[in-house]
Amino acid sequence: MSDVVEKTLTALPGLFDSQTGAAKITNRLRQLIKSITELTSKHEEENLIKQELSAMKEQVSSPNTTMKQMREIMVRAMYCEMLGYDASFTYIHAIKLAQQGGLLEKRVGYLAVSLFLNEGHELLLLLVNTVLKDLQSTNLIEACMALTVVAQVFPKDMIPAVLPLVEDKLSHPKEIIRRKAVLALYKFYLIAPNQVQHIHAKFRKALCDKDPGVMTSSLHIYLQLIRESPDSYKDMTGSFVTILKQVVGGKLPLDFNYHSVPAPWLQIQLLRILSLLGKEDQSTSELMYEVLDESLRRAEMNHNITYAILYECVKAVYTIHPKAELLEKAARCIGNFVLSPKINLKYLGLKALTYVVQHDAKLALQHQMTIIECLDHSDFTIKRETLELLFRITNAQNVTVIVEKMLDFLRICNDEHTIIHLVGKVAELAEKFAPDNSWFIQTMNDVFSIGGDLLQQDVPNNFLRLLAEGSESKEEDDQLRLYAVDSYLTVLKGHTSHLPQCFLQVMSWVLGEYAHLQESVDQREVIRLLTQLLDQRSVSSETRVWILSALTKISEGQTDLILDLAESLSSSQDTVLRQQAQELRHLSQDSQLHEWALPRGAPWDGIEVDSSLSFLDGFVSEALAAGAAPYKPPHQRQEELCEDRALNLEPYGFSLPVSLSSCSITDRQSPTLLSVSSGLSGNSTELSQKAGSSTLILEGVKRVWGKDGYLPQKEATAPPVDEPSAAVQPPSQQEAAERIEPRPDPSTQNQDKQQLASSLFVGLGVGSSMSLLGKSEAPPLRFRKKPRPHESSSSSSGTSERSSDSSSRSSRNTTDSFLYSSLLEEEPAASISAFDHTPKSTTANGLAQNKDTKEDRRANTSQILGGDMVIVRPSTIQDKHPPSVSSDLTALLPADLKDLPHSDVISLTSDPSLSLSSCRLFRDEALLLVIFISNCTETVIKDVAVQLTCEELKTVSLRGSVGSVHSLSLGHCPQQTSSVRPLVVTTEEYGKLWLSLSHDVKQNLKLLTDAGDPLRTTLNALKDALQLHVVDIIGSEGIVACRLLSGAPCLLHCRVNGTALAMWLRSPHPALPDCILYHCQRALAHH
Amino acid sequence: MMHFLLLFSRQGKLRLQKWFLPLPERERKKIVKDMTTMVLSRKPRTCNFLHWKDLKIVYKRYASLYFCCALENKDNELLALEILHRYVELLDKYFGSVCELDIIFNFEKAYFILDEFLMGGEIQETSKQSIAKSVEASDMLQETMEEYMSKPAF
Repeated sequence: MSDVVEKTLTALPGLFDSQTGAAKITNRLRQLIKSITELTSKHEEENLIKQELSAMKEQVSSPNTTMKQMREIMVRAMYCEMLGYDASFTYIHAIKLAQQGGLLEKRVGYLAVSLFLNEGHELLLLLVNTVLKDLQSTNLIEACMALTVVAQVFPKDMIPAVLPLVEDKLSHPKEIIRRKAVLALYKFYLIAPNQVQHIHAKFRKALCDKDPGVMTSSLHIYLQLIRESPDSYKDMTGSFVTILKQVVGGKLPLDFNYHSVPAPWLQIQLLRILSLLGKEDQSTSELMYEVLDESLRRAEMNHNITYAILYECVKAVYTIHPKAELLEKAARCIGNFVLSPKINLKYLGLKALTYVVQHDAKLALQHQMTIIECLDHSDFTIKRETLELLFRITNAQNVTVIVEKMLDFLRICNDEHTIIHLVGKVAELAEKFAPDNSWFIQTMNDVFSIGGDLLQQDVPNNFLRLLAEGSESKEEDDQLRLYAVDSYLTVLKGHTSHLPQCFLQVMSWVLGEYAHLQESVDQREVIRLLTQLLDQRSVSSETRVWILSALTKISEGQTDLILDLAESLSSSQDTVLRQQAQELRHLSQDSQLHEWALPRGAPWDGIEVDSSLSFLDGFVSEALAAGAAPYKPPHQRQEELCEDRALNLEPYGFSLPVSLSSCSITDRQSPTLLSVSSGLSGNSTELSQKAGSSTLILEGVKRVWGKDGYLPQKEATAPPVDEPSAAVQPPSQQEAAERIEPRPDPSTQNQDKQQLASSLFVGLGVGSSMSLLGKSEAPPLRFRKKPRPHESSSSSSGTSERSSDSSSRSSRNTTDSFLYSSLLEEEPAASISAFDHTPKSTTANGLAQNKDTKEDRRANTSQILGGDMVIVRPSTIQDKHPPSVSSDLTALLPADLKDLPHSDVISLTSDPSLSLSSCRLFRDEALLLVIFISNCTETVIKDVAVQLTCEELKTVSLRGSVGSVHSLSLGHCPQQTSSVRPLVVTTEEYGKLWLSLSHDVKQNLKLLTDAGDPLRTTLNALKDALQLHVVDIIGSEGIVACRLLSGAPCLLHCRVNGTALAMWLRSPHPALPDCILYHCQRALAHH
Repeated sequence: MMHFLLLFSRQGKLRLQKWFLPLPERERKKIVKDMTTMVLSRKPRTCNFLHWKDLKIVYKRYASLYFCCALENKDNELLALEILHRYVELLDKYFGSVCELDIIFNFEKAYFILDEFLMGGEIQETSKQSIAKSVEASDMLQETMEEYMSKPAF
């Protein structure tokens, strides 16, 4: 901004004189600001503000203060708040000002409200009536102000109050009102999507609005909607393309130009929408090639805004179905960015490259010198972005160099978030591409010591699992473990006080498990080192538990050392430590018991987890016989607590049942379990379960890239720090040099850079040595893990992860057992019997209780993905019904499923030989999907493979011996409503339950008035559509109950209110009422 | 979507703050502190972007005033820079060659202009004219209101 003149404070007095009239600086505010700028210390400022605030307090409470004065006070209060002082006594007056003041005061009042009051502030309730009044006002400005404040501060539960009025504003004659209404609805959509579900059609109208401003605003909503489900909006691609064409062609009023670029914000919004629509969809992509080409061509001017558009264009081109010509142009554009001397553009260029190399790694080669320059850039932001790029192009050959660069950066970085982020990436790379054992262990040591206790919990977990589960070759595993043991002993012999807890935990676990492998080291020495740690003050009590359990494992035969230790700890304050010390003492005295409880070197897959705790049955029955109270599940206990009003002092949150199953058995194998005391058992049991069920996690494929010359093993222990190129042997260097254009008179510095380049970019693209040698593209990976269905990166959501995991397991079981029972009655295939299909999936369902339905759906769908493929090979096909009599198919259901309520049988697909239909069965605790395969021919068909390769369980493919493959949509298969079950309760129980539930939603619904008793008709319609249970109907009120599969109840209270049905929903789960309400709305709308 | 917009001086004094997502007071204060220290300690000739937690900070200095906003990861930094610029242009048009003092003494006006420009963290109106028009319309109305104390004829 060239014409912004920096005026100094000495110009103050003159400024006041000249501006009094126009700018309206109120006297008091002016004085306040002026005196504050004259102050020299913070202390003086505090005093001054204190005085000011107390003066204001007096003024606002005086009845003689006029609205005009109040307005002036409010501005001063805003100023004080901005300086960081509390002026909360004015909040209520801000609301009053908005309520009672004239336009001028109202405007300031609303501004103060939006600055002072957060969403969720209780005073906001007082604002609702004012806003309602102003929304209905014929005064344009009042309506504008109300819409602005609604979009700024209204919380979720206040939206229904204003929604109808805001909705009406969509057809207001003034475009400014329409625009604001659209944006307010966008905001509503973000915070409560269900509540605006019914106005989607009106959004379409806004998109076609004659005012470009309104249309632009509606794109915010569409971007959001399309991001969530691109498939539902494919039909609008044409419209978006047309709009973009018009914009790019300069058809909008000149006023929308920004630095002579037509409506750049609009263009970018459209480009984003198009890239979402065209993703993985060739036919849709084809519609937009032309306009993308046009956009790339038009954006030529050298201005930031054109670069912003270009960047989005490039991203779009690389996201949609590829077209060679466009890709080429886009790649050239990236060149413009990366080579630009402007640092901001360089940054964006790196970002674009990072995005693009995922699709085409070769592009990084073209810019290698720039990338290396950026790597040494003085700007941290640029450096970090470069590392992000390098992370994407890492392969087995350049991993050591790249990881070294990342670690170098991390050592000088002091931003927590960056460290967590990057350290996780280093760990990932190390695991994926490690060239040898010692490098891997060394790198992980760095990861643990740099990342420290900021690390995501899954980094150490993954690392330990990798060590523990091993690969196929035991020899190699033991070698890796030996390296780890040796390395940790060295670390522990040095200074240990600065080491992060998480590193100590990892070390103690590894030493506990594998110290015995190292025969040259005296076990007493190991015990001594670990005991030393226990004495350190900096060691947390959780780490102590880890150390102690390690000691328990290696204590065998060293009774003397151990007894002292156990003695000293058995008086510890920490109960867990004390318990462990006791265990330690017992075990060290009884070597037979020790051998039995903690067998050394026991294989991982040999652990059987008895999650039903059946081994305790004897103990339980004894206890019961002795008069102990029977066990009650947590929810039952809670209900009883509700009955006992006197004890019920706390608000009713839905307690999370934590399963402590299986901990006693896996104690030895899973170190994380030892932290049960820290309340994180959910996560750790998950680990042990996974460990128990997966047999082969590692594939220790021997590394064979000696041929192409990269053999860093020789100096592996000394990481290549200063001259990374030293680690690269001549052949690859030469090849790299050939790829790089020879520069005239290359200085030595340049040469260094080129060497670095050759080590960084080795193995990329077609020109790389790999393909020259005629090898396969993907190099063999050392630590390759089997993909697991729920590899989530966050450990914070450990419990929910676990519950989804277990519920998916249970439903997989049911699916499998179904497939088995309906198709294979006479021939249990081996692949299926491998799954244990115990019908007791209750624990799993109990755990899933407090998950919302969306997550349930996710769990339901991912189980199919996780369950790999179930291949069923019946010798003959039993069912020989033609598809036309599909209704009879339900008769073929196995006896135990016959009586369940079920949906209609839907014919999915058929060809001349086979037909496929499905039906949903609603069992109390699960949703069963039944698939019928019928042979329509007279011949016997062998080898029918049903493959559920579905994403989101939407499609299923059927492959018959005829050789044809059908992929087809299961249509509306996993509907949310499918997981709703009637909840049978009495009116009294209902009443009690109602009081105990916390989350409620109220809304008016349509009443079906076509029959005699509107309430009954409506409720019955809902009951049929949603599987609800109508508890009672009393006069004009009705109560209805339902629950989720997982158990979370939802109670509905309906009252006839004129022609509408006032519905009040309550549930322990925050999202459930919204969800049920939405489905009720839909069900009634369809009626 | 923009999460917040801050204006602060070279000395780290806050001049304007707009939060598009609800945050507790304590958090806000911490963010303001973080932002001023981070942005003010940037060396010259570095880029205008920063990583902060999982957000991206885009800032630009105009004379003695820093404009600083936080974006989500999927947003376009360069575009945000132009949003800041457009806001400065709007202020400039309204105040006529705007300076920090204009914003200090008329911060409520700066808020009114911002409210016409951004809403819920997204661009509301890109046309300079229509923003100026709607802000001025309210201002004009206020003048007449003060004079006649009567309902405006709309």
